[in-house]
Amino acid sequence: MSRQYLIRRLLIAIPSLLGISVVLFCVLALAPGDPFGELVTNPAIPPEVAAALRAKFGLDDPVWTRYVHWLMAMLQGDWGFSFVSRMNVDKLILQRLPTTLVVIGAAQLLAIVVALPVGVLAATRPYSVFDQVANTLAFIGFSLPTFFTGLLLILVFSIKLDWLPFVFRDDINATGLQWLWEQVKQSIMPVTVLGLFQGASLVRFVRSAVLDVVRLDYVTTARSKGIGEGKVVVKHVVRTALIPVVTLVALQMPIVFGGAIVTEQIFRIPGIGSLLISSILANDTPVVMGVTFVFACLVVLFNLIADVLYAWLDPRIAFR
Amino acid sequence: MSEALLDIRDLKTWFATDGGVVRAVDGVDLRIERGETVGVVGESGCGKTVTARSVLKLIDMPPGRFAGGQILWQGRDLIPLPATEMDKIRSKEIAIVFQEPMTSLNPVYTVGDQIAEVLREHENLSRRQAIERAVEMLALVHIPNPKKRVHDYPHQFSGGMRQRVMIAMALSCRPKLLIADEPTTALDVTIQAQILELMQEMKDKFGMAIMLITHAMGVVAETCQRVVVMYAGKVVEEAPVEALFGNPRHPYTQGLIRSIPRVDRAAAHKERLEAIPGTVPSLLDPPPGCRFAQRCKSARDICTQGIPPLKEVTPGHFVRCVL
Repeated sequence: MSRQYLIRRLLIAIPSLLGISVVLFCVLALAPGDPFGELVTNPAIPPEVAAALRAKFGLDDPVWTRYVHWLMAMLQGDWGFSFVSRMNVDKLILQRLPTTLVVIGAAQLLAIVVALPVGVLAATRPYSVFDQVANTLAFIGFSLPTFFTGLLLILVFSIKLDWLPFVFRDDINATGLQWLWEQVKQSIMPVTVLGLFQGASLVRFVRSAVLDVVRLDYVTTARSKGIGEGKVVVKHVVRTALIPVVTLVALQMPIVFGGAIVTEQIFRIPGIGSLLISSILANDTPVVMGVTFVFACLVVLFNLIADVLYAWLDPRIAFR
Repeated sequence: MSEALLDIRDLKTWFATDGGVVRAVDGVDLRIERGETVGVVGESGCGKTVTARSVLKLIDMPPGRFAGGQILWQGRDLIPLPATEMDKIRSKEIAIVFQEPMTSLNPVYTVGDQIAEVLREHENLSRRQAIERAVEMLALVHIPNPKKRVHDYPHQFSGGMRQRVMIAMALSCRPKLLIADEPTTALDVTIQAQILELMQEMKDKFGMAIMLITHAMGVVAETCQRVVVMYAGKVVEEAPVEALFGNPRHPYTQGLIRSIPRVDRAAAHKERLEAIPGTVPSLLDPPPGCRFAQRCKSARDICTQGIPPLKEVTPGHFVRCVL
């Protein structure tokens, strides 16, 4: 039953990924410039050589031939070759991905850890001082873009106070605890910026989800059981209110990755977000294609996780 | 007079709204003896449900508040009772069944878990023991195949079956009082009869008192020993069931009884069903004097000058009417 559900969801992911790759490929094909664009203007390279190179890499073939080429290569595990870094795209991405995942994961965790209790407390005491303060802060939080709060934090904690480094390094010269400590220190600001931005909108969403549930009849039933307000809120209110929240968290993942690209730029984090930007600037098409495709896979994956969690949280969904 | 099981005295439950204070329950007196079935009737918005929920303190405060009165449970006033003490009474001594079986059960837990939750809280049973007891309770309320059904979710039950589950849940700790807040209103007529029959059967078995809130006079006639008629947040008449139907004294009660459709009379005399004209007055700013005066056919000047007291006309029969 639930395994079938999982398999079906996985099968549905295949056409989505194919569709996404087609769109990505077309958009990139339409964009001006290609890896060998600068060869034309480089006087050291004779035009015949440039043309030969273009022909060799199939750059002047029609879009669909190039796409089929790319797809076939992908299916065989060949992600292409970065013209700028002189290395395979998959290797390049694998090098950068863990950093991004750690930062995003920590930020999302921070968002949930902050938003869940704050949202629940605010909703169980609607219009109280706590609720008003939480609401106001949440409003400020998601009104401020990450590039602003990021720069603000750098200004305060790195430049004025000199507590935290503002350039993220992946070549820390230390081992063991020292390495971990450096890693934590340089992650604090990006994780805070990204996490609180996510958390701010999540607070408001948790609050309204809980408010919707608090009014329901079965919550009154739960109160009439004499199990105590704490159990009523945790077992009967939060448990049901989580269902839409889970969906939101998963559906927000594309925004989170988008935010990560900006945040990675600000803090110079060598993640795949900054890789994407530098590849776009360098016209490094295979890398751009690879990175965007990884983003797409992650988004699809998180949607799948959301569906599974959804079915787990709500027994009315599971078997259909 | 011995101590009543439940003795509500001059209860006032008011709600703060943007427009002002709504006096949903405004000085209600109600006694329930051990093992007695008392009907509370009246049209929508007369304060029946608020009275019932006040007893278990299930009113959201704010906006609601107790503006006065006492709720004496076996002599002990529940109103000043702290939440932890109140929780020991809820379900264990006073249980409630709500109007909407479709929405009164939590959709994400099995019915067994929901019944077991009460038992584990009040009787310190292990999960397994509690589930076993839940199976027994389901069997008691005639749910077929209870051993299997105990692991089903509420959406796998029909409305009538869910109401049975609610009753099983309410009775699982053998409460002394069952408050049934329009338990049959949301159900089909045939199912209504079954649920009433089940409640009667449970009463015979456990001997608890029942406070039956309804707007169906027919239900009252069949099941109750005593009836309290409420109108606009006040009790207007209280009497043993025979006296109330045989000799209704308050014009509102008379109207209610006349508005019961009767197949024999309608067919024989082509009579139109008599309705009470008008609607319940706003409880935000209730009219002075008798609250029914505006809709009363026999109202006189005196009716609008001060609220009439509840008078005992014959032993056990009280009426709030000057006439």
